[in-house]
Amino acid sequence: MKATVVHDHFPPASNRDASLGYRRREHALMLLLMSPAVLVVFVLLLIPLGWLIGQSFYADGFTLEHYQRILTERIYWNTFWVTFRISFIVTLLALLMGYPIAYATSILPRRWSMLVLALVILPFWTSVLVRAYAWLILLQRSGVVNESLMGIGLIDAPLALVHNELGTIIATVHILLPFMVLPLYATMQKIPKDLIQAGASLGGSPLHVFTRVFFPLSLSGVLAGMTLVFVLCLGFYITPELVGGGRTVMASMLVSRNIQLYSDWGAASAVSVVLLICVLIIFYVVSRLVPLEKILGAK
Amino acid sequence: MIKLSLSRISFIGYVVVVLIFLILPLLIVVPMSFSDSRFLSFPPSSYSFRWYETFFNNPGWMSAAKTSLIVAFSTALIATPIGVAAAYAINNSTHRLMRYLKIVLLLPLIVPIIIVATGVFFIYALSGMLYTIPGLIMADVMLALPYVITAVTAGLHGFDQTQEMVARSLGMNRFRSFMSVTLPQIMPSVLTGAIFAFIQALDETMVALFISRGQNQPLTVRMFTALRDEIDPTIAAISTLLTAASFALVLLLVLARKQAPA
Repeated sequence: MKATVVHDHFPPASNRDASLGYRRREHALMLLLMSPAVLVVFVLLLIPLGWLIGQSFYADGFTLEHYQRILTERIYWNTFWVTFRISFIVTLLALLMGYPIAYATSILPRRWSMLVLALVILPFWTSVLVRAYAWLILLQRSGVVNESLMGIGLIDAPLALVHNELGTIIATVHILLPFMVLPLYATMQKIPKDLIQAGASLGGSPLHVFTRVFFPLSLSGVLAGMTLVFVLCLGFYITPELVGGGRTVMASMLVSRNIQLYSDWGAASAVSVVLLICVLIIFYVVSRLVPLEKILGAK
Repeated sequence: MIKLSLSRISFIGYVVVVLIFLILPLLIVVPMSFSDSRFLSFPPSSYSFRWYETFFNNPGWMSAAKTSLIVAFSTALIATPIGVAAAYAINNSTHRLMRYLKIVLLLPLIVPIIIVATGVFFIYALSGMLYTIPGLIMADVMLALPYVITAVTAGLHGFDQTQEMVARSLGMNRFRSFMSVTLPQIMPSVLTGAIFAFIQALDETMVALFISRGQNQPLTVRMFTALRDEIDPTIAAISTLLTAASFALVLLLVLARKQAPA
């Protein structure tokens, strides 16, 4: 009798059932809310990716010939080599330019640091096409840069700054620099100021404090920024096509040409798959060290 | 007063040079757009509005601009509610599947855009969505989703979920309690997400190059073709207008953030 009363007031078993049912309904509701977004990505990205992978092994039946071509034909090797070389140089330049900017925003008084940050973000929100156009104006034969260099007598004849790899690198660094600065800035913001002061009060010179305390603590931001810039650069198309004048062929241009000029889906999909695997490996390796959200947060 | 050592001055000098590198290309376009000449000499010898007139009087450019605006507005309108729902689910669920679904939703940012473009081209060719406006909109919705979800998830992190629980325990159903308690408080981040979606759709070029044609070409695709074939200062006029629009939207974003409770 007593037991029944207790049971009525505190029904442990049925409570567990109810909460289990509640949790199931909760899960179902959350998955339902998630489903439109997942469906869009599934239909427009995952299914086509599956098809692309299939195509890369297909030519009247299963074949490895598309991959063999990538391995044996010079143009494919060359393109991947150029793509990686440009991405590497761009990442290094972006780090050399971006780190001081991010560092400045972390030590300057708030008003100044906001101004610097605004100057980094404004180009970020300007169309890539606008920036490609601007670099064409700046770097062309009779452009601003050549004219001023000749004006001050540094060079006698205009330099070839555009429609080549150099122009591509300059414009690409400009476009990707904010992707380096923003994760760096986010990381540096979180470095406690006390640590820097502690380092200084213990007698460390500013340089010493920077190299032994500040820089090591900012490394996760360095990694996030470098990954983002490198990976984005691997897939760049618009800037090399316009500023590189079509002469600097990067991997994505090879994909586009194989489709639009030659309708060669086998070759295009094999190049795509190789490019995608490179990107996924990089993300996977780095995500072991820095969370994925942190890398993509700035983007 | 901070002591100005030589290393400090050279550091500041270096930062200033990098900042000039960042901002100069944006500033150079503006005077070019008011040039009176066909040639891209800088500074222009005389000024006029002729390239703006060319832009506004050319039916081709105008229809491209219209397409771009329709696509950008529709993208923001569709991607925002879908993204808010997904962000809410990500924030509230501890289900095992969620971890994987979260990565799936980040994929549009991870997969190189040329591969996205190729894939969308293929699936649209199969389904007859190629060269249509709805096709452009859906592709942009997919590309905008990660931005909306990231922005709204950040907003939900700063929001105390128990408030919604209270509303529900007082008898409101889940949808109403979300609409009247949660949504107003995360509004700044929802607006941020919507503006991100809008700008992303306005700027998108790569996928549109593959899946748009003729009447349904957005501004960016026409600009790309014009830049590749023959450069004239009409591009500068359009660039100036686009840049001004971006700045206005960023300003709106800052204002939306300012309204957020600190």
